[in-house]
Amino acid sequence: MAATAQTVAQVRDLGKYKHGWETEIEMETAPKGLNEDIVRFISARKDEPDWMLDWRLKAYRHWLTMTEPTWAMVDYPAIDFQDIYYYAAPKNTEGPKSLDEVDPELLRTYEKLGIPLKEQEVLAGVQGAPKVAVDAVFDSVSVATTFKKELESHGVIFCSISEALQNHPELVRKYLGTVVPYTDNFYATLNSAVFSDGSFVYIPPGVHCPMELSTYFRINAKDTGQFERTLIIADEGSYVSYLEGCTAPMRDENQLHAAVVELVTLKDAEIKYSTVQNWYPGDETGKGGIYNFVTKRGACRGDDSKIRWTQVETGSAITWKYPSCILQGDNSVGEFYSVAIANNAQQADTGTKMIHLGRNTRSRIISKGISAGRACNTYRGLVRMGSKALNGRNFTQCDSLLIGDRCGAHTVPYIESRNRTAKVEHEATTSRIGEDQLFYCRQRGIGEEDAVALIVNGFCKEVLQELPMEFAVEAQKLVGISLEGSVG
Amino acid sequence: MLEVENLHATVDGRGILNGLDLAVGPGEVHAVMGPNGSGKSTLSYVLSGRDGYEVTEGSVRFRGADLLALEPEERAAAGLFLAFQYPVEIPGVTNMTFLKHAVNGLRVQRGEEELDAMQFLKLVRQKAKALGMSDDMLKRAVNVGFSGGEKKRNEILQMAVLEPAFAVLDETDSGLDIDALKIVADGVNALRGPGRSMLVITHYQRLLDYIVPDRVHVLAGGRIAQSGGKELALRLESEGYAAFADKAAA
Ligand SMILES: Nc1ncnc2c1ncn2[C@@H]1O[C@H](COP(=O)(O)OP(=O)(O)O)[C@@H](O)[C@H]1O
Ligand SMILES: [Mg+2]
Repeated sequence: MAATAQTVAQVRDLGKYKHGWETEIEMETAPKGLNEDIVRFISARKDEPDWMLDWRLKAYRHWLTMTEPTWAMVDYPAIDFQDIYYYAAPKNTEGPKSLDEVDPELLRTYEKLGIPLKEQEVLAGVQGAPKVAVDAVFDSVSVATTFKKELESHGVIFCSISEALQNHPELVRKYLGTVVPYTDNFYATLNSAVFSDGSFVYIPPGVHCPMELSTYFRINAKDTGQFERTLIIADEGSYVSYLEGCTAPMRDENQLHAAVVELVTLKDAEIKYSTVQNWYPGDETGKGGIYNFVTKRGACRGDDSKIRWTQVETGSAITWKYPSCILQGDNSVGEFYSVAIANNAQQADTGTKMIHLGRNTRSRIISKGISAGRACNTYRGLVRMGSKALNGRNFTQCDSLLIGDRCGAHTVPYIESRNRTAKVEHEATTSRIGEDQLFYCRQRGIGEEDAVALIVNGFCKEVLQELPMEFAVEAQKLVGISLEGSVG
Repeated sequence: MLEVENLHATVDGRGILNGLDLAVGPGEVHAVMGPNGSGKSTLSYVLSGRDGYEVTEGSVRFRGADLLALEPEERAAAGLFLAFQYPVEIPGVTNMTFLKHAVNGLRVQRGEEELDAMQFLKLVRQKAKALGMSDDMLKRAVNVGFSGGEKKRNEILQMAVLEPAFAVLDETDSGLDIDALKIVADGVNALRGPGRSMLVITHYQRLLDYIVPDRVHVLAGGRIAQSGGKELALRLESEGYAAFADKAAA
C-alpha cells in the first residue's frame, strides 16, 4: 500500500511518464532466483506436459553453460539473475467468462494506459465496435480474451500459450523452438527455461484472419522478470496481422524483459507483426528503466510466403532487439520497418537479420533511428545470401537523425554473400535536426515541441505508414511524447 | 503597426545592424533595398526572433507590444509572417500537414478553436486555387524537390492561409522568371488591405513594378541610409548602390 501511494506520488511529482503506476492485484510468486526447482515449479503451476518440462530443463542446463553477450553497444550494471522472480500470476487463473468478471483494477489499468476509446469499446464488447481481438497479457498470465468465438468460427486459434499447451499440444510441440531453438542465445535460452506466458496464434490453411490480433503487454509485479513467449503459425495460403503494444509502470529497480517471438509462414502465407514498444525508459538518468532483451524471428518456410516486421521502439532503458527473417521458401519475402527513438540516457541496439536461403528471395530493410539527449542508438543489421539463394535481393535504407550534440548514432551493417547472382544494396544517412527547420516551423506558429514531433514524424513516415491505422495514430503521438524536453 | 528604433544587432559577435530606424503604419507596404550582405535578411531574422541574431540595443514595437520579448511562435501568433529568402525543406511532412499544424498552432496560441479537417481542407484548397497551385503540390513534402519558383509560391500560399497582419517578404522575387514573378506579385497584391502591412525586401527594382510600395528604404551600413517614395527604387536601379556603399564606408 505504502509503496503504491509512494509510486502514485512519484508519478504525480514527475508528471513525465504517463503510464507509471502499479496495480494492486494479488500475486502468487515463486521465490526469487533460478534453479531446476523453479523451472519445475513454473511447469507444474501450468500443468504442462512432460515434454515441455524436459525442454525447459534442457534449456536451463544449456543456459548454465552460457555467458551474457557483450557485443551490443549498450552499457548497464550487471544483472543478478538470482535476484529476480521468475514466476508471478494473478490469483484467479481460471479465466473470466466475460469482461464483468475481469478484475476492475485491470480495466482501470487499460484506462490509464490510454488505450484508445475504440479499443476500450472492443474490450468492453460494445456492439459495432471494430474487430480487434485483444489477448491481454497481464503480468505473465493471460486473463482476458475476447472475440474468441468469431475467431473460432474461422478455425483461428488465438489464446495464451499456456492454454495452447493444454488444448493444442501437438501444434505447440511441432513448432515451438523451431525458429528460435533453446540453444539460440543467452536471453532466448533463459526464456525457454522459464517463459511464463504469451500468445499463441494458428491460422488454418487458406484463412484470411478476419481481424487484427492485438496484445497489450504490461510488466507489473515488483522485480518480476518478464519472459513472454509468442508463437504464430500461418498455415498455407493464410494471412494474419498481429499487433503488440506495451507500457510499464514506474519503478526504481531495473526490470529485465527477455521475450521470444517465433513466426512461421508456410507456402503462400503472410504474417505482419507490428510492435509499438513504450516501456518505461527510466528517469532522465536512465534509473528505473526496463532492460529489453528480445529475440524475434520469423521463418518463411514455404515458397512465396512473406513476413513483415514493423516496430516503433520508444521505450526501455536498454533495447536489444533484432527481429529477423529466415527466407527458406523460394520467392519468399522478408521486410523490416523500424523506428527506434532513444532520448535522455536510453540505449538502443536494434536492427534485423535477413537470411536468404531460397531462390529469388527478397528482403527490404527500412530503419530510422532517432537520438536525443545523451542517448545512444545503434543499427545492427545482417544480410546473408546463402549459396542457393540465387537471384536473392536485398535493399537496406538506414537513416539516423540526431537531436542535440550529446547523443550518438551508429550503423553496423554486416553483409555476407555466398553467390554471385545475389544483389545487396545498402544506403545510409545521418542528419541533425536542423535549426533552420525548427525555426521555419516556429515562425509559422508551431511550438518547439510540436515542431520536433512534426519533423521527426516526417523522418519516420516510411515506417509509420506501414502500421495498421489505429496503431499509426498512436505511434505518431508516441513519437512526440517520447521526445518531449529534447530541445530548448 | 511596426516601430523599429535604433536597432543594433550582431551575428557571431559581428555588428550587422547599427541603429536602424523604421516605422510601418497599418496597411502600408514598404520596400527595403540594399546591396548583398547589407543585412536585409538579418533584419528579417531579428524581427522574427531567430536564434543567433542578437539584439544589443534598440527596440521593436509591434502592434503596441514589445516584439523582442516574444518567442518566434509568439511573434507569429501576434501576426508576424516571414516569407523566407531560402525556404526550408521538411522531408516526409506534407504541405497539408505542415499548414494544418501552423494554422492550429496559431489558433491555439490565440485562444481560438482549432479548425477541423473539413474546414481546414476547404480553406487551403481555396487559397491554393487562387495561386494556381495543384492539389498534388499540397500533398508533396514541404519544399522537397520544389523548383525555386515553386518554393517562393509556396511561401505565398502559407502567407495566404495564415493571413498575417504583417508580412516580411525576403527577396521573394529572386530566382523567379517573369511569369512566376507575376503570379507571386498577384498573390501578394490580393492580400494587400487596410489591416495588413508588408515589408518587401528586394535587391532589384523589378518586383516593385508589380508590388508598388508606399515607401522605399535603402539599407546600407547597418541602418536606413535613405528613404523616399517609389521613385527612389527607380533611381537605385539606374545609379546602383555604389553611392551608399561609399557613404557607409565613410
Ligand atoms: N548566420 C550567419 N552567420 C554568420 N554571418 C552571417 C550570418 N547571417 C548573416 N551573416 C553576415 O551578415 C551580413 C549580412 O547578411 P544578410 O543579412 O544575409 O544580408 P543580405 O540579406 O542583405 O544579403 C553578411 O556579411 C553575412 O555574411
Ligand atoms: Mg538576404
